[in-house]
Amino acid sequence: MSKVIVENLNLFYGDFHCLKNNTLSIKERKITALIGPSGCGKSTLLRCLNRMNDLIEGVRITGRALIDGKDIYSRDINLIQLRKEVGMVFQKPNPFPLSVYDNVAYGPRVHGLYKTSKDAMEAVVAKSLSAVGLWEELKDRLDVSALNLALEQQQRLCIARLLAVEPSILLMDEPCSALDPFATLNIEELFLNLKEKYTIVIVTHNMQQAARVSDYTGFFLLGELIEFGNTKTLFVNPQNKLTEDYITGRFG
Amino acid sequence: MKEKLIEKTLMLLAFSAIGALLLMAVFIFKEGMPIIFKVGIKNFLFSTHWAPTKGHFGVSSMIVSSLFVTIGAMIIGVPLALACAITLAEFAPQRVTVILKPTIELLAGIPSVVYGFLGVVLLVPLIRDYLGGPGLSLLAASIILAIMILPTITSISIDAIKAVPYSYKEGSLALGATHWQTIRMVILKAARSGIITAIILGMARAIGETMAVIMVAGNALRLPQSPLSPVRTLTSNIALEMGYAAGDHRAALFATGIVLFVFIMVFNVSANIITKRWRRE
Repeated sequence: MSKVIVENLNLFYGDFHCLKNNTLSIKERKITALIGPSGCGKSTLLRCLNRMNDLIEGVRITGRALIDGKDIYSRDINLIQLRKEVGMVFQKPNPFPLSVYDNVAYGPRVHGLYKTSKDAMEAVVAKSLSAVGLWEELKDRLDVSALNLALEQQQRLCIARLLAVEPSILLMDEPCSALDPFATLNIEELFLNLKEKYTIVIVTHNMQQAARVSDYTGFFLLGELIEFGNTKTLFVNPQNKLTEDYITGRFG
Repeated sequence: MKEKLIEKTLMLLAFSAIGALLLMAVFIFKEGMPIIFKVGIKNFLFSTHWAPTKGHFGVSSMIVSSLFVTIGAMIIGVPLALACAITLAEFAPQRVTVILKPTIELLAGIPSVVYGFLGVVLLVPLIRDYLGGPGLSLLAASIILAIMILPTITSISIDAIKAVPYSYKEGSLALGATHWQTIRMVILKAARSGIITAIILGMARAIGETMAVIMVAGNALRLPQSPLSPVRTLTSNIALEMGYAAGDHRAALFATGIVLFVFIMVFNVSANIITKRWRRE
C-alpha cells in the first residue's frame, strides 16, 4: 500500500535544476532510505514531502506529490495540517530551549490539542517519551532544559516531539550524522520499533545504515533517481552500473 | 621594539579612558557624600522637601519622578520597539529591512534638544488641549523618551532575534506551528536575555536623559499626582540649579548625581550580567 507517491517531480532553485523528474512510491509502515552523494538532491526531495522548501525563496516545483492520494501541492491543502501529519527530524538535534516537558507538549499546544485537560497532556507527553525510550530516564527530570541532555537524548526528544501530534509519516534528514556509533545503533533500533506504526523516510549518506534499517532504498545522483527498489535487491544485485559503483565505494 | 611601543601606547590610552570614569566617580562621591551624611541618608532619600537655600535637601520627589518618567517611557516604548524588532527581524522582506533598520538607528543620532523642541511645539499643546493639565507633564516626558529609546531597544532586539539558531524555527514550522506561534513560543523565548538587555539599556538611557525632559516635563517640585502633573527629574534638577548653586546646595546637586550614578550602574551591571548569561547559553 503506497502512502506517498511522487510523480514527475521537478524542483528548481532559481535556474538550477535540482530535482529531475523524480518518480517513486513509498510504502506504508516501511522504512524507505534515500541514499546518494552530498548535493544529489535526496534531502531536497525529503523536504518536498512536508513542503519545507516553501521557506526558501526562488524555489519552483512542478509535478505531483501525493500523500494518501491527495496532492500536497494543490491549492486547497492545509499546510499546518500537512506538517502535523508529516513530521520531520533534522540532521542536528534541534530541541527548543525549553524544558523536556514543554518540548514534547509544544506540538499539541500549537495545534490546540488537550487544551482543557492537563492530565491528557501529561499522558501524551509520557506516551511520546515512552515510545522513544526516554520516559524511564527522564520522568523525574521533565523540567530540565532540553539543551542539557546528551545528543542522543536530544535526538530522541525531537522524535518524541513529533509523535505527540500523532503524525503518520516521519521524515528523517540524516538523523544520526551528529551522533556517535553507539547512539546511532540505538536510534536505528528505535526506527525499527517505530516502523510498526509509522511510515518512515530516511535520508542518509551512510550506506550501511540504509542497508541495516530500510526495506526500500532509492539511489540519487545529481537530482535524478537512478534506482529504486527493495533494499536487499538494490544492495546485492543492483540493476544500474552507477548504483553498483556507488555502493561498492567506487565514488561518493 | 616598535610593536611593544604601540602595544604600550594603546594600553595607556585604554586605561586613561577607564581612569577618566574612575576619577569622575571619585569626584562625584567626594563632593556629594558629605552633604548626604550631614542631612542623613534617610532624610536625603525619603524627604520630599527640597529647599536648598533654606537647608532642606530631600530628593524623594525627584527620584519618584525619574522612576515614573522612565517606567512610562518603557510602557510606551517597549511594545513599540519590540513590534519594530519582530517585524524587521522576521516579517519584513530583506529589501525593506535594509532601509528601515538604519532609519530607526538614525533616530538615535537626533540631538535631544530637537526632541524636546518638537515635544514643546507639538506634543505639549496636544496634551493640554485634549487631556487637560498644563501639558508640560510626566506623560509628555514619557512619550518623548519612548521615542528616544526606540532605536536602542529595537536594534539590540533585532540582533538578539537574529542570533536565534535557524534550526529552532525550522523545527517549530516543521511541527505545523504558524510563523507567529514560532515567534511567540520559541524565538522570543530563545532571544529573551538579549531583549531584556536591550530594555535595560533603554532604561539607562531614559533615566539619564536631561535636555528633552527639562523642556517638556514642567519641572515642578512635587510628587506627581497623575500622568498629567508636571514633574522634575533628578537630571533636570541638576541642570536647572547648577547655574546658581554654591556651598551645600552645590554639594546636594552632586549628591543628586550620586543617586543617578547608582541607578545607571545598577542598570548597566544587570544588563552585563544578563548578556553574559545569554552568551553562555
